[in-house]
Amino acid sequence: MNHRRVVVTGVGVVAPGGVTREGFWSTLTAGRTATRKITFFDATKFRSRVAAEADFDPVAAGLTAQEIRRADRYVQFGLACAAEALADSGLELDEKTLDNTGVVMGSAVGGTMALEDEYVAVSNTGKNWLVDHTYAGPFLYQALVPSSLSADIAHRYGTHGPTQVVSTGCTSGIDAIGYAWHLVQDGEADVIIAGASDSPISPVTVSSFDAIKATTPENDDPEHASRPFDATRKGFVMGEGGAVLILEELSHALARDAKIYCEVTGYASRSNGFHMTGLRPDGLEMAEAIRVSLDQGRTNPSDVDYICAHGSGTKQNDRHETAAFKKALGDHAYRTPVSSIKSMVGHSLGAIGAIEMAACALTIDRNTIAPTANWANRDPECDLDYTPNTAREADVDVALSVGSGFGGFQSAMVFSRLKEAS
Amino acid sequence: MSQPRAVITGIGVVAPSGVGADAHWKSVLDGSSKLAPITRFDASGYPVSLAGEVADFDPDEYVTPRLKVATDRWTWHGFAATQEALDDSGVDLSAMDPYDTAVALASSSGGNEFGQGELQSLWAEPDGAVSVYQSIAWFYAASVGQISILHQLKGQCSVLVAESAGGLDSFAQATRTVRRGTKVVLAGGTEGPLSPYALTCQLATRRLATGTDPDTAYQPFAAGAAGYVAAEGGAVLLVEDLDHARERGAVIHGEVLGWGATHDGRASRPGDGGDTGQVARAMRVALERAGRQASDVDVVFPDALGVPECDRVEAEAIRSVFGDDVRVTTQKGRLGRMYQGGAAVDVATALQAMRYDTLPATPGLTEPAPGCELNFVTEPTTQRTSLALINARGFDGYNTALVVGRYEEES
Repeated sequence: MNHRRVVVTGVGVVAPGGVTREGFWSTLTAGRTATRKITFFDATKFRSRVAAEADFDPVAAGLTAQEIRRADRYVQFGLACAAEALADSGLELDEKTLDNTGVVMGSAVGGTMALEDEYVAVSNTGKNWLVDHTYAGPFLYQALVPSSLSADIAHRYGTHGPTQVVSTGCTSGIDAIGYAWHLVQDGEADVIIAGASDSPISPVTVSSFDAIKATTPENDDPEHASRPFDATRKGFVMGEGGAVLILEELSHALARDAKIYCEVTGYASRSNGFHMTGLRPDGLEMAEAIRVSLDQGRTNPSDVDYICAHGSGTKQNDRHETAAFKKALGDHAYRTPVSSIKSMVGHSLGAIGAIEMAACALTIDRNTIAPTANWANRDPECDLDYTPNTAREADVDVALSVGSGFGGFQSAMVFSRLKEAS
Repeated sequence: MSQPRAVITGIGVVAPSGVGADAHWKSVLDGSSKLAPITRFDASGYPVSLAGEVADFDPDEYVTPRLKVATDRWTWHGFAATQEALDDSGVDLSAMDPYDTAVALASSSGGNEFGQGELQSLWAEPDGAVSVYQSIAWFYAASVGQISILHQLKGQCSVLVAESAGGLDSFAQATRTVRRGTKVVLAGGTEGPLSPYALTCQLATRRLATGTDPDTAYQPFAAGAAGYVAAEGGAVLLVEDLDHARERGAVIHGEVLGWGATHDGRASRPGDGGDTGQVARAMRVALERAGRQASDVDVVFPDALGVPECDRVEAEAIRSVFGDDVRVTTQKGRLGRMYQGGAAVDVATALQAMRYDTLPATPGLTEPAPGCELNFVTEPTTQRTSLALINARGFDGYNTALVVGRYEEES
């Protein structure tokens, strides 16, 4: 079956440390960490009290007063990312293109921030099971259903194409872009505003990861709390943010002489069928997702120039994916620069997969590989080149990114520099 | 080489209409209301008193004690509907490559009852915290993750949360997945919107019906329409590669032929029932992809929200695509709105209608509201039924249409 080719023509990012595409890129290339003590609420009672918070100003991001009132924080991120990505793409959305322009966003936990705030009010701080509905705000349903994320973007631009929110936990970002890729490949849309967004830094989510000891308990040195692949890592540091990529059918992009960052050449997701949170150390299913996604673009494993790792900074993850890279790429894994941007911008759950794909698009565009910050101590089981601490110039034609999430989902996506556009 | 065809070989329903495809079909033909006063909690302090609950559901029949403590009721219904679909299909998953099997379900709002309990644990006491299961029970992917693990479905899995439209999108996604080489994909979805806090969230839209009579509270397209009644449950169906199904001699219930998804591109507001043109376009695109004409369609299952302005828009869209004559039927008024699950249940009903060549009625619809005139099925009707179109619309602005047909060797 012949699929249409799909390229990335616009990038928009909201991330901790820099709430625009260029701010994000500057954070990454400087190797600067954006993790800090939680300021959004009093986190004293929690085990993990650090996070990568975004200094996001919705007014500065161009949101209207009504959007700000209606939309939970993660939707605001989505709106800001979409605006930046669309402006970057130079796409003119007119009556003719709106029918064939869709919105596909990912989110792991959706409107939990607003849901929790409102819960506290209607339950009178948890006192009542039979909550008092008369204290609820008018946009509470928008918080309950994560479909609000893509709907609000569609509303703003008046798009009429296929619209979806994909929510596969921490692989949501890659999976949303993968879903969008399939739609454009199959001719269901010509353009998709695709990405992901999450704002999980609220007590219920912090408590959820405390309970299973997934997040770091080290709170005294927030800037160095996220240490993927370092032997002394203690767990992940939660983040927040979003990213949007404009996915466009190749001839559509060429016809309007668009700037093309890269081509989406592969995507696959496999489930481990093992455990909702646990990973077997062999990395078998992630390796399979990588193998399939490379195969789709007829990309040889030895052609991979960079791996944007899941790199959450939990011991089981870092070993799991290191094993997966070796299984999928063989000896070439040892020659391939790997990095985890979660060392700098934290783990924003469903959003991070899209933020990492944005990083891959920029990496190919700018031939610069972001480092893994805070790397100092070699873990004998993590013996690849993790690009420690300093960004690196390198020719990157093929970037592979992976995600691993609760539910056992393992996703991989490949971005390649556009070759012959035939 | 033509692309693989996706057929449906297993039906699992867990809904107010009953557990299992047969129980569901019997209820649908019977037409009596399955709406009743809410029993999941004391609803006397809320303006809404009715709901569609899955009565006589014993989770222990489907869920081990170890899994039960780690999951919400919404996931229990997912486990049960999955088991029913797998049993119905007769597929032997253990004989298959796990990468050839997958699950793509829809969910509007995740593990509500469980999540509310955990929020209470966190907030009621100064040193409160959530349990170890909160991180895996509340989020939208919980059911798909658990089902993939339980049944070793290791292929391309998906969780779609486009409010009520996602229940149909999951069939499109399952079909895309089959067309890309996966052999079997579970599709559909269940919902658990019946906890005090989840109900409070739903009340915010002012679209829930406040009537107390199970026969008249939720009357889509009727002159007395005044909102909808929420319900729990849904359906999971097995979408299978045709060659795989034929090789194992499976009973084929029908084929997924086409779908269309559009968006209104504007927010739902009181008095604005959506974009008629986009609702119609979803149906037209679905027919076009199916390679069928509007006149080929034997029955339409509408979204049937029961909110007057939305019903008018949908009725007008259906007339604009099909004219005045196409048969239209919905059982939502008697089963409640299961959100994503409801669209999946409609797919199950459509396949049963083809199997028995019988169109179930729209009970109680004697007087359509002005603008909602359609050729409603008012009594169960024996009629050759080979092609059905199902509509689902999601808050706010999502429109999906799905075309399913009787399986014919020549497509």
